[in-house]
Amino acid sequence: MELEILIAVATMGGLGFIFAGALAVADKKLRVEENPLIAQVNEVLPGANCGGCGYAGCYDFSVNVVAGKTPVTGCPVGGQDTAIDVATLMGIDASTSVRMLPRILCCGDNEEAVKKMTSYYGPLSCSAMAQISGGDKLCLYGCLGGADCVVACPFDAMVMNEHGLPEVIDELCTGCGMCVKACPRNIIEMHPEDREVFVFCKNHDDPKTSKNVCHVSCMGCGICARKSDGGVVMDNYLAVIDYEKFDETKIPFDKCSTKVIRKQNFSKN
Amino acid sequence: MFSLSKHKTFRGGVHPPEYKHPSKDKPFEIMPLPKRIIVPLSQHLGKPALSLVKKGSEVKTGSVIAEAQGVVSSPIHSPVTGKVTAVTTTVNTSGFPKESIIIEPSEIEEFDFLPTLNCETISAEEIIERVRLAGIVGQGGAAFPASVKLSPPKDKKIDYIILNGCECEPYLTRDYRYMLEQPEAVLAGLQLIMKATGVDKGIVGIEDNKPLAIESMKKAAKTFNNISVEAVETKYPQGAEKMLIKALNGREVPPGKLPLDSGIIVQNIGTAVSIYVAVVKGEPSITAALTITGNGIKESKNLIVRVGTPIDEVLNYCGGVTNDAIKVVVGGPMMGVSQYDFSAPVMKATSGILVLTKQEVAEKPETPCLRCGKCVEACPVNLIPTKLARYSQLGKIEEAEALDIRVCMECGTCAYTCPANIPLVQWIRLGKKKVMEKVK
Repeated sequence: MELEILIAVATMGGLGFIFAGALAVADKKLRVEENPLIAQVNEVLPGANCGGCGYAGCYDFSVNVVAGKTPVTGCPVGGQDTAIDVATLMGIDASTSVRMLPRILCCGDNEEAVKKMTSYYGPLSCSAMAQISGGDKLCLYGCLGGADCVVACPFDAMVMNEHGLPEVIDELCTGCGMCVKACPRNIIEMHPEDREVFVFCKNHDDPKTSKNVCHVSCMGCGICARKSDGGVVMDNYLAVIDYEKFDETKIPFDKCSTKVIRKQNFSKN
Repeated sequence: MFSLSKHKTFRGGVHPPEYKHPSKDKPFEIMPLPKRIIVPLSQHLGKPALSLVKKGSEVKTGSVIAEAQGVVSSPIHSPVTGKVTAVTTTVNTSGFPKESIIIEPSEIEEFDFLPTLNCETISAEEIIERVRLAGIVGQGGAAFPASVKLSPPKDKKIDYIILNGCECEPYLTRDYRYMLEQPEAVLAGLQLIMKATGVDKGIVGIEDNKPLAIESMKKAAKTFNNISVEAVETKYPQGAEKMLIKALNGREVPPGKLPLDSGIIVQNIGTAVSIYVAVVKGEPSITAALTITGNGIKESKNLIVRVGTPIDEVLNYCGGVTNDAIKVVVGGPMMGVSQYDFSAPVMKATSGILVLTKQEVAEKPETPCLRCGKCVEACPVNLIPTKLARYSQLGKIEEAEALDIRVCMECGTCAYTCPANIPLVQWIRLGKKKVMEKVK
């Protein structure tokens, strides 16, 4: 009886030793050298493997961050804290890098943009509306109001305001840029946090057309461009700010008839 | 799908109310010249034509005002005699602003047509060249330059020409009127197409809800022993090329291939008439035949108008719109484009203008998918619309591509049949676009 137990233990134990030995050899011989940074980055991630970053789990995200294929701010769940941790590991100084925030460069809300005489009926998504000639608004360059950017934002940092335009809640925004990608009309741009003056329009129509499609469009008069010494350039009836040469004091804010060139915190009333 | 019709057809499809009665007994009428003509430079599939005129240029009816750019393109001829007032961008029936030539017609009309040719002695090359010079595009909807379709690659053997007289879109009666009024011209056009491609068998396929057209065409076709007229079941989208081929020849055109890969070329009734007119009268593509109908128009009509006539002038000529009209659609109700700017012009391939009232436009609220599978049953190209639409909505492009989203021809059968009113075809279109962008 005791012998049988001994045989069983010896057999199983022996097998265990053999396989352990094989594994030990395999570990040495078949080892794939991996950047230790990947494990370190993986360590500071939330570890939820949610896939919110677009990769198959946190480890895959770490691999891509270390390979430089995705930005250190790419983890939507970890937010700013994780981004700083990852940036520190990657040797990027997160504290001195300028915080980028999305800016919505259209002010043609439900009151100011001129509506078509017919109403849109179909999927309520900007990308679907952009495939045909847009939704209810006549302007072919402005915000469609379908909230694709709000849906795309993983941090609830975007909301549609009561006038039908999206708004960024700066405190919640991590600058991931998902809203920029989601907008089919390309009216959302990333700008440094402290930048204040923008042209809140993307309309390239000629003066007469742009006046007909929206009350607050850049009509292309060019007065800001003429006074600004190259700080503002005209691109096919649209004023575009060249932030390299831009000097705020030279911009004739009062002369702009539709007030599309103005400061971010400017209030309509 | 269970069917009572004894005529040939394809699998799937739907049968919407036909609603052809308001215009089907109205003979073609020629509309007088409008006050203003807007000629878009892109009236065909392919590269837009290049304008040859400037503001102030004097043009004659039929003279070339824009030349074709490359092979898949088409020249554009002045539809009227008059003066060019501007070359600018205006909204056309696609809803997007496109470069157009604006002409103010003068009172006296001078013609600058191509020389006339003899149908009997003309050679195949001459026919193709004439179709190209006359700027004829397919009248079935896609506006593909007809000359390109008539010159298939040498290694493809074509054995049938099908003339598409289905007109499966509800409301429209343009092809029907052509078959009733000018069956000889339709068949002469078919003969020219057959000669140009060197094919000796022609079939005219007509839906069985048009018995008079079938009779008229059969009578006219008696003199030709190489043309047969066949009835097919009345079902949408019977007039789609691949569906018609399946019904008439039993051949299946593989996904991503063209009908000519299966040895067949399909042309529309209207295209055949245009080709005939271009050869015997030398008249380039300067007119469009179209049906103006719907409950929202005072008087339904079948009209022949000059290309470039603004929609609002066409509507006024038909007595204007009624007070309860809420929607204007260019094309058929299934695949047409809803309009918001009525100064948009009639183009070469415009087949109809519908003015619809609230009762005719089913704007019902969308509800969740019931998983009933009606769309799957109805899809003529055997796709799973409900899955494709959902994938497209969620941005899952790889998954949509794996389910062959690109095979969809956007006929709208799925959205029509959906009891939950989900805009299936709209979502699928979006998904298709994203897949194409990714492929690029």
